[in-house]
Amino acid sequence: MNRSGPSDRSVVLEHVTVRYGRHEALRDVSAEFPPGAIGLLGPNGAGKSTLIKALLGLLPPASGRMRVLGYDVRESPLAVRARVGYMPESDAHIPGMTAVSFVSYCGELAGLPRANAIQRAHEVLFYVGLGEARYRTIETYSTGMKQRIKLAQALVHDPDLLFLDEPTNGMDPKGRDEMLALVRDIATTKAITLILSSHLLPDVEYACEHVVVLHKGAVATQGPISALKGASGRLFEVRVKGDEARFADALRAEGIECHVDGGGEMRVFVPEDGGSRLLFQVAVRHGVQVRHLRASVPSLEDVFARALSEEEP
Amino acid sequence: MPIHDQGYRHYTGERALHGRGWWVIARAGVLDRLRERRFLALLLFAWSLFVVRAVQLYFGETMARAVFFAPTERTFQLFLEQQRLFVFFITVYAGAGLIASDRQSHALQIYLSKPITRNEYIAGKLLTLAIFLAGVTWVPAMLLLVLQVLFSGSLEFVAGHPRLVPAMTLASALQVALAAVTMVALSSLSRSRRFASMLYAGMVIFAAAIARVLEASTGQPGWALLSPERTLLVVNGAIFGAGSDSAVPLAVATGALAALFAACIAILERRVRAVDIVA
Repeated sequence: MNRSGPSDRSVVLEHVTVRYGRHEALRDVSAEFPPGAIGLLGPNGAGKSTLIKALLGLLPPASGRMRVLGYDVRESPLAVRARVGYMPESDAHIPGMTAVSFVSYCGELAGLPRANAIQRAHEVLFYVGLGEARYRTIETYSTGMKQRIKLAQALVHDPDLLFLDEPTNGMDPKGRDEMLALVRDIATTKAITLILSSHLLPDVEYACEHVVVLHKGAVATQGPISALKGASGRLFEVRVKGDEARFADALRAEGIECHVDGGGEMRVFVPEDGGSRLLFQVAVRHGVQVRHLRASVPSLEDVFARALSEEEP
Repeated sequence: MPIHDQGYRHYTGERALHGRGWWVIARAGVLDRLRERRFLALLLFAWSLFVVRAVQLYFGETMARAVFFAPTERTFQLFLEQQRLFVFFITVYAGAGLIASDRQSHALQIYLSKPITRNEYIAGKLLTLAIFLAGVTWVPAMLLLVLQVLFSGSLEFVAGHPRLVPAMTLASALQVALAAVTMVALSSLSRSRRFASMLYAGMVIFAAAIARVLEASTGQPGWALLSPERTLLVVNGAIFGAGSDSAVPLAVATGALAALFAACIAILERRVRAVDIVA
């Protein structure tokens, strides 16, 4: 059977609710993952893993509808999994196998004939940078190599969509850079849509164009990163002497968005028209000295922080 | 050179329809085990009784004075019952790690993210063990029958015992299925191959010992049902039409085995869960 079926490359969720007993892990989630590289962000317990389980057709939603690559997940979970690659977060392999036998075995499980699976395994192992180590058993691999082998098994059957769960976990800086370069290459030049679940915002910012932020089982925000970053006003990094928390509250009372990090630095979004003058006015009114003020560029971290703060009651 | 420059080609070849994952799993499992010399030695040793029985058949069919070696249905029934020892060792060796090792190395999430169902996964694991077990029960039993025909030079014995082939097949199938299903179910309970082995050994050896002690102390034959092995002997006796030493009724023994199968399937249903896929 050659690749057939719906050609839609996107992932669409419509009012999806997933429950574990009484607990709602996903609450009325509606989101669209367009083709390309999409980051799936959220704090622990936000529902990222549940979303991936549901999209793989392994966890039936209590309500709502999911379409992956044009297939209804509830009706055709096997068709979905035949065209999807999944790189799990935790260390996962089949004991006693060499890399090439493991990856070709995964290819066979995905429906490739044995000879083709072996050939693909060699190609994919070279692609992920394990060509020289492909005859070693996986138990002898370093953490970084194990991450690469997980990517190889997800790629062996040439999926249209990849789920990558924390692909840079435990990797050294060089390995991490190489993995991110691979991820970006897969999404851009290989035209494979990928959903990258990560808690490392710089990884997502480097590799993805779109982002979906989950918080407490609901979508906090979603869209192109560039659009979300350039949302409103100008961004300043601010350090003050005085009651920082009271100052932040005062800024918020004036309608100025403000995020305080643990290191005493504030990231303040000032409206275009008011500029930094408004900020100084608030500081004077509350007896706070502004010790440091520097224009900054919005990052994905700001998008994330803003999305989560908007969700808080 | 960045590693991604080494190329990635899209696959344009054939893709199989879903539903053959069980065979891929079973074949890989069998080939993987056959690479182990110790296991090959065990398989070879498991055929030692076959050699003894083959010699017995030879003398029974070719020497007039060795008529007491002449085969009966009981010969083949006894052969299958004696193979229980090797069934036990092969089950422990080849079966204990079937799911436990996958659980330990988080391989379940790899399997179940592929286009295979849980049932296919379980069927593949069961078949892996069943192939080896059939190789030391049904295959040598049938070969003994072939040797009998060759040594006697006639089909008289086979024609005279028309239920022997179906009985051997059914008895072997039951023996293989019981060992495979219980071992795979016990293997799914743990991440440790050793622990699964101990569970199975406990179920076979200690359950039989406890059953005998309770039987002797209370005088109730029903305690034999505690031991799957002894329960199986009751059913096997009925299959060969030879009865059994136990006073347990056939219907009760059959019901006990059915309950054991159901319990194993329930364990597998609970332990091999798709939701385990994402840790």
